Amino acid sequence: MDKFGYSQSQKFDTYASRLLPREEYFTSGHRSCQGCGEALAVRWVTKAIGKDAIIAHATGCMEIVSSGWPQTAWMHPWIHVAFENTSAVASGIESALKILDRKGKLKGPMPKVVAMGGDGSTTDIGLQSLSGAMERGHNFTYFCWDNEAYMNTGIQRSSSTPYGAMTTTSPPGKMSIGQHTQKKNMAAIAVAHGIPYVATASPSYLFDLFFKVRKAIETPGPAYVHVLSVCPTGWRSATELSVRLGRLAVETGVFPLYEVVNGKYRLTVEMPKLRPVQDYLKPQGRFRHLRDKERALIQKYTLAQYELLLQKCGAAYPEFPVITETEEETE
Amino acid sequence: MAHRVGMEVSIAVSHAVQMSRAEAIAAYPITPQTHIVEHLSSMVANGDLEAEFVNVESEHSAMSTCIGMSATGARTYTATSSQGLALMNEILFIASALRLPIVMTVANRALSGPLSIWNDHGDIMAARDIGWIQIFVENGQESFDHSVMAFKIAENHQVLLPTIINMDGFILTHVVEAMEFPDQEMVDKFLPPYHPLFHLTPAKPVTMGAFAMPEIYTECKMAHQMALTNSYDHILNVWKEWGNLTGRHYQPVEKYKTEGAKVLLLTMGCLSEVAEVAVDEMREAGLEVGLLKLRLWRPFPFAELRNAVAGSKLLIVIDRALSLGGAAPPVLAEVRSALYAMRGRPQTASFVIGLGGRDIAPGAFKEIVAQAQEEAQQKPTEEYHIFGVRG
Repeated sequence: MDKFGYSQSQKFDTYASRLLPREEYFTSGHRSCQGCGEALAVRWVTKAIGKDAIIAHATGCMEIVSSGWPQTAWMHPWIHVAFENTSAVASGIESALKILDRKGKLKGPMPKVVAMGGDGSTTDIGLQSLSGAMERGHNFTYFCWDNEAYMNTGIQRSSSTPYGAMTTTSPPGKMSIGQHTQKKNMAAIAVAHGIPYVATASPSYLFDLFFKVRKAIETPGPAYVHVLSVCPTGWRSATELSVRLGRLAVETGVFPLYEVVNGKYRLTVEMPKLRPVQDYLKPQGRFRHLRDKERALIQKYTLAQYELLLQKCGAAYPEFPVITETEEETE
Repeated sequence: MAHRVGMEVSIAVSHAVQMSRAEAIAAYPITPQTHIVEHLSSMVANGDLEAEFVNVESEHSAMSTCIGMSATGARTYTATSSQGLALMNEILFIASALRLPIVMTVANRALSGPLSIWNDHGDIMAARDIGWIQIFVENGQESFDHSVMAFKIAENHQVLLPTIINMDGFILTHVVEAMEFPDQEMVDKFLPPYHPLFHLTPAKPVTMGAFAMPEIYTECKMAHQMALTNSYDHILNVWKEWGNLTGRHYQPVEKYKTEGAKVLLLTMGCLSEVAEVAVDEMREAGLEVGLLKLRLWRPFPFAELRNAVAGSKLLIVIDRALSLGGAAPPVLAEVRSALYAMRGRPQTASFVIGLGGRDIAPGAFKEIVAQAQEEAQQKPTEEYHIFGVRG
């Protein structure tokens, strides 16, 4: 066991890309959009999970693109029930596995129980069932595919949509700048449940993602992994920029990558210097309408949030971009 | 050997679930279902029932968790009532569409508002079309028997449908009755362990809950409809097998003193016992009145109902729920449809009684029969009566 509590065989940070599993569990032929960051995340998360797992999935993009009867993209045993109850379904699977195991009815190794859902089904409609499942301490891992709006139904705002973003239900107009609330901090809500493992991850940082997934599913008890999933369709960004945007989210401090093990925060991808958020906002059409004033606000908020996170991590402060704009004075 | 016991009916139901060796239970407390799940949870805590009991955070999650349990291959049970059933509503349809043999007791209670914890059938009538097998019971013994039989019906590979046992809240769930309990050995022989046809396992991965395009949705619903309709014979077979073992035989439409009856009352649930007393008294008074008790609500026993009413002149349908703004209360609407194509069908009369726990004594049925007979002399009317309403 090393300092992170892993056995040698689980040292994924020493992986080279050719050592990653070749088996595909989220197979080709699904109908996700070109450049879908979420499909990329699902593919690599399922690889990291491995064969012996049962997946419960919420209604949403990933469910719709992957499970049109009579086809399926899932090589895992997989169940979809409804939008808001994935964690409850996973609770049932986990409980049934426990009793079947006690009664000697379970053949083969104990499968890992995994729940997956988008930001709408996680931070909005399914928050209650997720909270219940985390509180009850089921041994399962929840993955939130956060593309920051209800993309499947046509890009409506969710509580995970960031400030200033244009969606079809938070349109900018004479009386509005678009989404006027800040993104809900779902990882912090998960941490507040006192569960043993919480992490943020991004398919743009593949080894970090892989490592966290392994850690999450090996952790006994509930684990929560919040995956930023770039959505070219909803973010109005170029499809070839998806991986780049995922990196920019991290490099600007908008979506820092960290993990929380038994309440202890740790940055897993440290930035010696943060880029200005403008680098992240600019390639996205959903922020196009923002004036410098709002962009400065986003920059300010991002740094403030980042600072709070660093305090929790006890990490050294990076070099922040200097805001030279004078809008604050003129407005 | 079977033995006689006296206990609260809710507790008897929990014993039935225990003797059925339910493996996974997810439930949320709601009056008047609570005693059932409280006792089950103490059985699990004491090691008297080898099962997982999950205290979920809502009824919506209760049914969702049950789906996860059943889909993984465990024998699954839950109980709810009223608002709880209403909150589950969305998931009830999915449970039956996924063909998962979950067994649920519904302690029937009025729906809000105004809030009422007392008994009527408003909750289950609002969930009429969920695609589950739905059975009504009228006393403690029936509650016990049907709780055991429900597992056998639901888990039959030719059926694979979730099943609801409806028992009236408080006036049945909370009364103490004398009942006969079979031995565990007999129940084990009657109800072998559950073997799912398909379940979630890495050994043989399946995708459950795929979505359907318009090209296939209709066929899926047709298959569901056929499964529910075809479950009828299997239900009767299970009841027959239980009858042979225990001497207690059950029918989809139970008849009480219907020989030569010109007037028939039709009831569901435990008011049937009150109606029996009224029928006894009316028979003694020389009135040709009989009683039909509708036990099987889904699949609806069309043929049995037509046979049962043949020869009668007036059928008085007692509803315990309303269909606000509709053509008729739910049971009457169903019964009328069932009889429409029947030659020489009886005239129907409709009375809604006992809403939100309003007490019904045998005298009420006598008044209803008298009123219905009188009105039957006049021209037929589509109106229905809410019996005993003031103002």
